[in-house]
Amino acid sequence: MRTSAHLRIGDQPWVKWSLITLALSLVTLLLLVPLFAIFAQAFSGGLESYIANVTDRFTLHAIGLTLFVAALTVPINLVFGVFLAWLVTRFEFPGRKLLITLIDIPFAVSPVVAGLLYLLLYGSNGWIGSRLMDHDIQLMFSWPGILMVTVFVTCPFVARELIPLMQQQGKEEEEAGVTLGASGWQLFRRITLPNIQWALIYGVVLTNARAVGEFGAVSVVSGNIRGETNTLPLHVELLYQDYNVVGAFASSSLLAGIALLTLFVKSFVEWRQARQRHALNEEEI
Amino acid sequence: MSLAITSAISLNPSKRVLPGFALSLGISLLFISLILLLPITGLLLQTAGMSWNEYWSVISDPRVVASYKVTLWAAAWASAFNGVVGLLLAWVLVRYEFPGKRIVDALMDLPFALPTAVAGITLSALFAENGWYGSILAEAGIKVAFTPLGIIVAMSFTSLPFVVRTVQPVLEDLAVEDEEAAISMGGSDLTVFRRVIFPSLWPALLTGIALSFTRSLGEFGAVIFIAGNMPYVSEITSLMIFIRLQEFDYAAASAIASVVLLASLILLFLINIWQAFYLRRIHGR
Repeated sequence: MRTSAHLRIGDQPWVKWSLITLALSLVTLLLLVPLFAIFAQAFSGGLESYIANVTDRFTLHAIGLTLFVAALTVPINLVFGVFLAWLVTRFEFPGRKLLITLIDIPFAVSPVVAGLLYLLLYGSNGWIGSRLMDHDIQLMFSWPGILMVTVFVTCPFVARELIPLMQQQGKEEEEAGVTLGASGWQLFRRITLPNIQWALIYGVVLTNARAVGEFGAVSVVSGNIRGETNTLPLHVELLYQDYNVVGAFASSSLLAGIALLTLFVKSFVEWRQARQRHALNEEEI
Repeated sequence: MSLAITSAISLNPSKRVLPGFALSLGISLLFISLILLLPITGLLLQTAGMSWNEYWSVISDPRVVASYKVTLWAAAWASAFNGVVGLLLAWVLVRYEFPGKRIVDALMDLPFALPTAVAGITLSALFAENGWYGSILAEAGIKVAFTPLGIIVAMSFTSLPFVVRTVQPVLEDLAVEDEEAAISMGGSDLTVFRRVIFPSLWPALLTGIALSFTRSLGEFGAVIFIAGNMPYVSEITSLMIFIRLQEFDYAAASAIASVVLLASLILLFLINIWQAFYLRRIHGR
């Protein structure tokens, strides 16, 4: 007889195992095989050709540009995300809900439209771009343009990770800190940061993953100049269109490696958060 | 003394005790205005410069209209597919224990972590006529790569995690009492699922499907590699914008983009309103 704690539907062995089998087959076909295929294709010409492809002059330049843009994007959106999360979870003010919705816009907008928005405004015919051109400043079709659209498409990630968590944790601890005379910076460092550090790390990792991999928006504003404004995802496209499939997959394997690292950090962070919650529950008992 | 202050704080929640309101409001508003609102205004100004007839002839051009249809249909099929598969995967991940479960759970986010261009060339290679999947499907007379079916495959892949990740937490928090009661009253598994579990699950399922649909409408990188991009047959709307841009027809690109932007903003607001509505219903707040 089943105990009352286990009185659930779908627990009969045949139902359970056929559903698990079906789910695992789907995961294999939809996720595992594609992931494996990237590396299989990348190494299909042997290790030497892989190394030659990855250390190609243009590939190295694309890697450098991609890392450079990500290294600038992450701190910008980290600072913005923390301030926005602090604002909407610690204060009540009119327009608060609208602000939370606005921050989701980059998730809903097609990357091509995102790129176009910036091209229209900052391009040489654009309202701001034409004035900058008079001072010989060109933002589009060079790295500042790539940086701007990357900041746009990745700006929700940190805030999105922090807002639900900070909402749930409430502001009592920080308010107690204020009554004890802590300054704003002390509050953040001593109380808020330890509470949100794992969500913050995950937000940063997501921002980085998307910044490194953004294609559509960057493709509109980059101009695709090989060895100049070609990011790694654009380089993948270029090689693929040149029928250099092995080269395209070799570059892809680097991006897939970053993706796998992202998944690993996510699992680790979730494990830490679960342990933190567990420890808190024990304390309360 | 400090006790008196803290109780005064909790009695008067409208009073702002925590520091940083002006600073975080200032930074958030500045950032959102510069990064989000200013570029969107730029698009509106650009389209406002067109006459209504010009605007209408661009957005109702038969090739563009065909691209709306392709995009909408493919996104609808992809999100429906993800609704079914996502529900199954979420169910299996929450309800059952099996070896490798944590890896499968971590792998579920792969489509979000993997750059879309990498997903695009990988799916295109797998489903090409000589690819691992394509060669098997070809024997059954099914062509995926370079057909509208390929668009559905790419959209499904890139938006697969949405349904899983929205349904998963709801399944975890499901009250066991109702389920147990229904089983002890002799309900069959299917009846219990339909009458007891599904009613509390479907709002989250619908949210996941809607998010998947919104993402699919804007997907670009993954789609263009596998779609074949034949005018009137397998061109998505994002690609139409991209093509107009490459022809330096900024006005036409903006007009089409304004349609896409409006559609995605409306979807975003509807999803947010819907989420707030059903969260309130669940928590009784």
